[in-house]
Amino acid sequence: MSNPLRIFVPVKRVVDFAVKVRVNPAKTDVDRNVKHSMNPFDEIAVEEAVRIKEAKKAEKKEVEVVAISCGTAKAQETLRTALAMGADRAVHVEVKDDATLQPLAVAKLLKAFTDKEEKKPDLFILGKQAIDDDANQTGQMLAGLLNWPQTTFASKVTIENEALKVTREIDGGLETLETKIPAIITTDLRLNEPRYASLPNIMKAKKKPLVKITPEDLGIDVSPRIQTIKVEEPAKREGGRKVESVDELVDKLKNEAKVL
Amino acid sequence: MFRSTQRLRLAQRVTTAALRWTAQPVVRPTAAMATSGWRMFSTSGQQSIWIPFDRDQLPEDDPRRGEVFEDETDVVIVGGGPAGMAAAIRLKQLANEAEKDIRVMVVEKAGEVGAHTLSGAVLEPRALNELIPDWKEKGAPLNTPVTKDSMKLLTSSMAIPLPHPPQMNNKGNYIVSLSHFVKWLGEQAEELGVEVYSGFAASEVLYNDDGSVRGVALNDLGLDKNFEPKDTYERGMHVKAKVTLFAEGCHGSLTKTLMKKFDLRKDSDPQQYGIGIKEVWEVAPEKHQPGSVTHTVGWPVDNTTYGGSFIYHFEPERHLVALGLVIGLDYQNPYLSPYKEFQRFKHHPFVKDLLEGGQCISYGARALNEGGYQSIPKLVFPGGALIGCTAGFLNVPKIKGTHTAMKSGMLAAEAAFEKVADEEQDLKGVVLDKYEQSIQDSWVYKELYEVRNCKPSFSTALGNVGGILYSGLDTMILKGRTPWTFRHKHADYETLKPAAECKPIDYPKPDGVISFDLLTNVSRTGTNHSEDQPVHLRLRDKSVPVERNLAIYDGPEGRFCPAGVYEFVDDEANPGQKRLQINSQNCIHCKTCDIKDPSQNIDWTVPEGGNGPAYSWT
Repeated sequence: MSNPLRIFVPVKRVVDFAVKVRVNPAKTDVDRNVKHSMNPFDEIAVEEAVRIKEAKKAEKKEVEVVAISCGTAKAQETLRTALAMGADRAVHVEVKDDATLQPLAVAKLLKAFTDKEEKKPDLFILGKQAIDDDANQTGQMLAGLLNWPQTTFASKVTIENEALKVTREIDGGLETLETKIPAIITTDLRLNEPRYASLPNIMKAKKKPLVKITPEDLGIDVSPRIQTIKVEEPAKREGGRKVESVDELVDKLKNEAKVL
Repeated sequence: MFRSTQRLRLAQRVTTAALRWTAQPVVRPTAAMATSGWRMFSTSGQQSIWIPFDRDQLPEDDPRRGEVFEDETDVVIVGGGPAGMAAAIRLKQLANEAEKDIRVMVVEKAGEVGAHTLSGAVLEPRALNELIPDWKEKGAPLNTPVTKDSMKLLTSSMAIPLPHPPQMNNKGNYIVSLSHFVKWLGEQAEELGVEVYSGFAASEVLYNDDGSVRGVALNDLGLDKNFEPKDTYERGMHVKAKVTLFAEGCHGSLTKTLMKKFDLRKDSDPQQYGIGIKEVWEVAPEKHQPGSVTHTVGWPVDNTTYGGSFIYHFEPERHLVALGLVIGLDYQNPYLSPYKEFQRFKHHPFVKDLLEGGQCISYGARALNEGGYQSIPKLVFPGGALIGCTAGFLNVPKIKGTHTAMKSGMLAAEAAFEKVADEEQDLKGVVLDKYEQSIQDSWVYKELYEVRNCKPSFSTALGNVGGILYSGLDTMILKGRTPWTFRHKHADYETLKPAAECKPIDYPKPDGVISFDLLTNVSRTGTNHSEDQPVHLRLRDKSVPVERNLAIYDGPEGRFCPAGVYEFVDDEANPGQKRLQINSQNCIHCKTCDIKDPSQNIDWTVPEGGNGPAYSWT
């Protein structure tokens, strides 16, 4: 490949995985006034992209890694982390309220951005799902919109010129797919262990370009198609009871639990 | 069962010699040192303990001896809390006024500014008014002005109103979440051009050849449990600064080393501490009185234990109540569990009534300073200074330390700016004597001097009764205008009595509605430490916890830790024996273990940056 291989990595700022999430008083959403960080699967995606870049460098092939995030102004912190991990430049698609930003809108934004970019991406590496909505949709929807092959839940990725070989984690075990770039990859947990964003790298990242655009620039309507009516805590777990005989069990299942 | 076997062991082991012995590690080189290049300390000879390795002893190509990235700044501030941020903001304000450009860096171990911040809190806006007079327009989260103040003496069933000292009149003050306030301060600092690096822990002080402070080194990233480098290893960078301000909060880990190196406590009393344990509740709207401030003394602590509680109603839209119990860490009974005292406290009819129908949304704990004026150390040393609670400016009767911490940060910033802006000066080993002078002339010292005798008055034979009577007299009439100054005679770790001399306390079981078991609450702190990293709670001598703490004091660390880090479990390798298990993942960085360990064997060091609690609403 004479042109540099361009890898786009969408990243999302989510509620930190260790925070105990709570429902807000209005019961419309969770309390987002808590600590946030980059979605762990997106960290793995950035790490994979940077590793490909480092591996290709040894073969004297150029790779450009571009981090993209759709979110409020705070998403820039997440982009800076991606830049510190080794991305070359970042794009921030700024929206006013990212709590209502849904996977279809994000996929559309990414497609519109791809169409608009002169330097077309060869590969999208996304996290398989975000830990706040667990949607697991953006990568697949994007593949549909771009009409590109998708290799999801990747636990191993190899790229040789145009050939892409991905091992996927599926319910039955591991499945290996071969396809050609351009393609979509979504990362699963065992793909790699992300590096730390060290302070010297964060400082260097400040000099890397970060471009801001809006959905209007891309001509995309990001209003949600799905409306969240109510968010509630799961019902409190009631204590279990021991029964004395099978007959009592059947009786309780029939008359109390009403499952028979 | 456990307790009775312990008493037998205590009877056999306790001798006067054991009681007088203090842990003094003896350096005895072992064969292991030659092979691995690590220094080991061992007193018992069998179990050797590591301490962070001496890099120069490692092989040349070891990544831990790799190149260090060093960056230079004018001022580096360790700790992004009220004092650190106030100093950073003040420095940039002065620089902008003088049209000079100075580089100010804040290094904060929490992943996000405010994530490790916990306090009551009722904020006196005195320092904030001086620092950012238009804080209201700038959106400072001071949403709940105090409307009502009351003080109560609790017995196990009653709540008797008490007159409160004038210092505790909170008119003009605000009930805040200090975590949110600090977050806002961080935003103000960044707007002024301060470089705030959160998620980075300063683990070592760097010195010049002449012994002056040169800056700080950040934690190595990517070490595994045995200090071996993983694939992701990167050596911690060095931040070189003309002035280093230490704003680590109460009992800072780097400050600890500075106290020793520069003998900063030479002319001051030992610092006294308390542990503050707090929960934030969403209560039923009809019970919520925003702006109401209540403090209690008395039950559940006994007459010999310094302690009191706070109940603050804030955030009118969300019906939040912040409540907590502060217990002086100079308590004597090793069976005391501050956490369980707090859980028990919530069952008092006065408190239970408020909490019924509500939900607990947050929990946390932190040590705080109670030494006041007498315990303030020397604040400046060549190359740096101490600001905020790491020095100790908390006004104990007021139970407020944020305003004095911020003011100390501002004064240090003014002194530092003068030196840094003067390019003529060679700033190696600069001493900020102007800071020491200006804080002594300021309202900070005036305030602390006036109330200096209150806390020590609780340490007489009359206990809390004597303290309340004397403090009432001092704060209302004498106002500190006395020729005498009571001194703090002991450090907190010296006050524990042997378990054999004390009675175990029978704490009620948590009911899961008003009171909770420890681990349920720990999950509300959002704390986490990534797994494969060196354990940040280091034992100077591995044999001491069982041979001394467990044997003499029945393992107080298992009781005073508010996060369940320390557990004495059965030792599978030595059946019938116990060993200390350190669940460092639970740690919420309160520093109580480092303060209260009677053997001073636990060394709290900083874990990987970004780890620790993720407090919200605290």
